[in-house]
Amino acid sequence: MKLPNFDYRAPASLDEAVGLLAANNDARIISGGQSLVPMLAFRLAYPSMLVDLRNIANLERIQITDDGLRVGARVRWCQIECDARLSDSHPLFQYMISHVAHYQIRNRGTVGGSLAHADPAAEMPGLAVVCDCNIIVVGSDGTRNIAAGDLFAGPLNTTLEQSEVITEVHFPAWPAQRRWAFIEIARRKGDFAMAGVAIYYDPDAHGKASNAHVGVIGVTATPQRLNEVEAAINGRTISEELIAEVKAIASGTVEPMSDIHAGADYRKSLVGTLSARAMRRAAGLEREAP
Amino acid sequence: MKFAVQFELNGDAVEVNVEPRMTLGDCIRHELGKTGTHIACEHGVCGACTVIVDNEAVRSCLTLAVQAQGSKVVTVEGLSDDDELTPLQKAFRKHHALQCGFCTPGMITTAHALLSAEPDANEERVRDVMSGNICRCTGYLSIIAAVMEARAAYRPQEEVSAE
Repeated sequence: MKLPNFDYRAPASLDEAVGLLAANNDARIISGGQSLVPMLAFRLAYPSMLVDLRNIANLERIQITDDGLRVGARVRWCQIECDARLSDSHPLFQYMISHVAHYQIRNRGTVGGSLAHADPAAEMPGLAVVCDCNIIVVGSDGTRNIAAGDLFAGPLNTTLEQSEVITEVHFPAWPAQRRWAFIEIARRKGDFAMAGVAIYYDPDAHGKASNAHVGVIGVTATPQRLNEVEAAINGRTISEELIAEVKAIASGTVEPMSDIHAGADYRKSLVGTLSARAMRRAAGLEREAP
Repeated sequence: MKFAVQFELNGDAVEVNVEPRMTLGDCIRHELGKTGTHIACEHGVCGACTVIVDNEAVRSCLTLAVQAQGSKVVTVEGLSDDDELTPLQKAFRKHHALQCGFCTPGMITTAHALLSAEPDANEERVRDVMSGNICRCTGYLSIIAAVMEARAAYRPQEEVSAE
């Protein structure tokens, strides 16, 4: 369908954008527009005004510091894909983002837009939750940091205030020895996942796993950390016994949603299977996706 | 309320007065009369409406015309200076990479953007990139073959003659 009518502004500063959002109650931000424009086309969103971030400077950088990554809200998927530094600085970030949509969409879709859109099956929100990211937002009450786990309130719903604009995402530093994997199942490459599992852990001097982080996308109303699975992995050596345990716990702890793409039982089963495969891949027990 | 938007279309400066809700695809077709760009799904899944904005392939149904302000936009009409087909288009013809032709402008613009940036793209990359465009006729194999063959034309000239 054609889009509903709305007003449009492309302010040159963040302050101006915040002011426009605060003054217009159902104004919405547009960045790449790759999620919002389909929502408009389906008439699922009727904003009175779109506030375009395209003229606001300094939101398009990926900075690598000793503390980790600082990723600007308007960084596009294609930038992440071709940034050679990321294969060392944050391989999980680069790999997970390679699963986002298709070529043309990756040329316009943005990190901040995906977080604010909060699709439960999207990679970026899940990645932020798994990696303990901090989301930096600016609004009429100033700047605040939101832990990624506190950002998502439900499908397509966040805890952001009307005037708040996501400006940056901070990723904690990525140690070189970290083991990681991400696997998702979608009917076609580039489609939203019916389920996806991201995992990482840091092996200690004795080869035991510590600091395990496990998260799922596309399964529940928001991306979810699997704390019980993390607890089961920590302090253990990766073995077939542990992998079987992880599979059972992962499948048992999620309460998946059902939709036209997959039923809850199927998703429950997928979470177990994908968790086991991800564990194997992270531990180097399995190289390629089966 | 309408906005005056200036951008470059296939090398020519254009100015249009459009409502913000007009997509770039509709603007190109209805305001500027370039009907080579085909609009199908209008929500970003089919790739038929792909145009090149500042050297990057984008979905013109997911880009607002007002967002093209100051950009260089190229459509399928802008790929050739004259009535000659481009090497990419010739490869499509040779390999029967089109039947009804509806998806073809999007296929051509996508492949052109890819090969302009990555003339050495391997088949896996070509398949990955072209997977964002849907074709209901060909079964895709002929499209992949055409894009693979056209790569040579995008490489620096010495290399082509050496082959």
